[in-house]
Amino acid sequence: MSGAVGGFLRRVGAMMRKEFLQLLRDRVSFATMISIPLLQLVLFGYAINTTPRHLPTAVLAYEDTSLTRSILAAIENTKYFAVVSHPRSAAEADHQMLAGEVSFIVEIPAGFERAVRRGESPSMLVAADATDPVASGSAVAALQALVETAVKRERFAVEGGPEGSGLESAPPAFQIITHARYNPAAVTQLNIVPGLLGTILTMTMLIFTALSVTREIERGTMETLLAMPIRPVEVMLGKIAPYVLVGAGQALLIVGAGLYLFDVPMIGSPGLLTLLTVLFILANLSIGYTFSTLAQNQLQAVQMTFMYFLPNILLSGFMFPFAGMPLWAQWLAETMPLTHYLRMVRGIMLKGAASVDLAQDIMALGAIMLVAMFIAVRRFRQTLD
Amino acid sequence: MSAAADTLPDTPYAIEVEGLSKSFGDRVVVRDLTMRVKKGQIYGFLGPNGSGKTTTIRMLCGLLTPDSGRGTCLGMNILTEARAIRRHVGYMTQRFSLYADLSVRENLEFVARVYGVPDPVGAARAAVERLGLAGRDKQLAGSLSGGWKQRLALGACILPSPDLLLLDEPTAGVDPKARREFWAQIHELAADGLTVLVSTHYMDEAERCHEIAYIAYGELLAQGTVKEVVAGAGLFTWSVAGGDPAPLARELAALPGIDMVAPFGASVHVGGHDAAALEAAIAPFRARPGLVWRRDEPTLEDVFIDLMNRSKDNFR
Repeated sequence: MSGAVGGFLRRVGAMMRKEFLQLLRDRVSFATMISIPLLQLVLFGYAINTTPRHLPTAVLAYEDTSLTRSILAAIENTKYFAVVSHPRSAAEADHQMLAGEVSFIVEIPAGFERAVRRGESPSMLVAADATDPVASGSAVAALQALVETAVKRERFAVEGGPEGSGLESAPPAFQIITHARYNPAAVTQLNIVPGLLGTILTMTMLIFTALSVTREIERGTMETLLAMPIRPVEVMLGKIAPYVLVGAGQALLIVGAGLYLFDVPMIGSPGLLTLLTVLFILANLSIGYTFSTLAQNQLQAVQMTFMYFLPNILLSGFMFPFAGMPLWAQWLAETMPLTHYLRMVRGIMLKGAASVDLAQDIMALGAIMLVAMFIAVRRFRQTLD
Repeated sequence: MSAAADTLPDTPYAIEVEGLSKSFGDRVVVRDLTMRVKKGQIYGFLGPNGSGKTTTIRMLCGLLTPDSGRGTCLGMNILTEARAIRRHVGYMTQRFSLYADLSVRENLEFVARVYGVPDPVGAARAAVERLGLAGRDKQLAGSLSGGWKQRLALGACILPSPDLLLLDEPTAGVDPKARREFWAQIHELAADGLTVLVSTHYMDEAERCHEIAYIAYGELLAQGTVKEVVAGAGLFTWSVAGGDPAPLARELAALPGIDMVAPFGASVHVGGHDAAALEAAIAPFRARPGLVWRRDEPTLEDVFIDLMNRSKDNFR
C-alpha cells in the first residue's frame, strides 16, 4: 500500500525537518559539533606526541672505556634519550625510576669492552619504564639500531680492519636486552588519527541523540508529540537522520586533517570507509537514542552517555592494545561499536583492507545497531503512563 | 492519509465512556467515570485542581491507558484504536507544548506535515493569517506572550481539521480580552460541527458551554446543562446584606441547616439543602436590625462549592 509508505516517509520527513531546524537554531550545540573535532585533533595531533624525545635516562656504567663512551654517545644521538644521571648503584637507579625521575636505566656491566673484543657478545641491559608504553615504545625500538652504529665505529678502532666481508654474518658485537618494566605492552603510532575519528564520532553522536527524547519530555513538547499520529519508529528515524549528516561532516573534517596535517595514509578505499562510517554513526545514534528513552531527564542522559563512553575508549583498543586485555574484557569490547570501527578504520586507512577482510566487524556493527534500535523503539512509550 | 480513511463511524456522541478509572500508585485519580458528549457541543469540564480533569482528557486521547472501564471517542475504541483517534482529535495541553525554539510558521508546518495536511506550507500560511499572526510568523514561538501562545496552540490544534477538540485549561493565565476572543472562536468552531471538550476553573466560562460536567476527587458529581446542574443540586439560597460580612459568615457557618456560606462582596450567600431547616436557621438573623435578607437563585459557583464540600465529606 503506497499510501502507508508515503505517510511513513512524510512523517519521518516532518520530524527530520523539525530536528534540523532546532539543530540550526541551537548555535551553541552547533558550534560544539564543529569545534570538538577541531579541538581534539589539534590537541591529540600536535600536543600529544607518541614518539617523545629526550626521555630522562640513568646510566649505570661499571666501566668507563672508549666503547662505553661511544655507546652512550650513540644513545644520546638517537635524540630519544637524554642522560640525566649517573647513579652509583642498581638500587639508586631503581629508586630514580620508581620516583619517575628517569624513564630508562642503561646498565653496562664490568669488563664489557674486553668481552666485546674477545667476541663474547656480552649483554647490555636497558630497563624501560613502560607504565606509559606509548612513550617508551619507540625509544626502545631505536635502541636496536644502536648496536650497529656503535660497533661500526668501534670495530675500526679495535681491529683496525676495513669494514668488510663476513661482518654481517658474524654475531653482533654485543646485545642489548631491553626490559619493559611494569607494562610489557606497546602501541603503534598512526593509531591516533583513525582512533580519534572513532572516539569523536562516538562522543558527539551519543550525546546529541541521548538528549533528544529527554529534552522533549523536559520541555513538555512530548505530550503534544505523543498526541499526534506519529509512530515511535518514525520519531526515532526523524530524530536520528539529521545527525547522520553532522557525523559525516565531522568524519570528513577529521580524515581530511589526518591526511593533510598528519600524513596519515589512505591505502584502502575511501568509498568503503565512508559507507562504514555511516554505519558506525547510525549505530552510535541508535545507542544514544536508547539512552534517551531510558533516562528520566537530560542530566541522566548525559551521565549514561559518559558511563558508556569511558569503557568504549578504554577497552576498544584506542588507548590500550586490544590483544593485551583478558578474554572477558575482549568479549565486552566486542559489544561496543568503537572496537569494530577502529579495526575498520585502521584496516582501511593503514592496511588497505577490503570489505571481505572486515566482514565480521561489519556484521557485528550492524547487529549492534539493530539491537539498539529495537530496544529504543520498544522503550519509547507511546503513552504517558 | 486518503480521504476514504477519514469517514468516521456515525454515532450521536463524540465521547461516550463508561466506568473509567485510573490510579497512579495507590492514589486513585479518576474513579468510575461515565460521561457522554453529544456531537457539535461545547462541553465544559469543571473541577478543582487535582480533581482528575487532565487525567481524564489524557485517557480520552490515548495518552494514558485506563486501569478499567471502556468507551469510544468519535465512535472509535479508546483502548484499541488510540492511533486512529489521534488523527481526528486536536489536543491542547495545559502547558504550552509547541516547540519554543521553532518559529510560529515552522511549528504550524510541522503539525501540518505530521498530520498529512495537503500543501503544509500553504496550510501553515493560511493558519498564520487566520490567527492574526501575519507579522509574526517568523518569531520564535517561545518569545510570544501568553495570549498569543494560547492562540498559536489552538491554531495548531485545529490546523489538521479535527472532529473533536480536547482543551485542557486553555485560558489559564490569559487576560479577559483574549479569553473572550478565544471563546468566540470556540463557538464558531462548534457551529461548524466540531465537538469541543474544555476544562476550566472559571465559572463564567462554564456558563458559555452547552453542557457541563463537574468532577472532584476523581468522581463525576454532576453533569448536564447549567440549568440542570443548578436545579439538580437541590440547593436553596438566601443572600444577606447590610452587616459586616466576615463575622456574619462565621456565625452563620456554625449553624445546623446551613450547608454553605460564602461572602460575596458586601453581602453573604447562604445555602442549604433543606429549605425549612435553612429558614429556621436564619430566622433569628432576619429579626436583626440592619440586615436585609433576600431569597435568590443559587449560582453555579454555589452549586460547585457545595458539591465540593459534600464530596470531601464522602471521600476524604
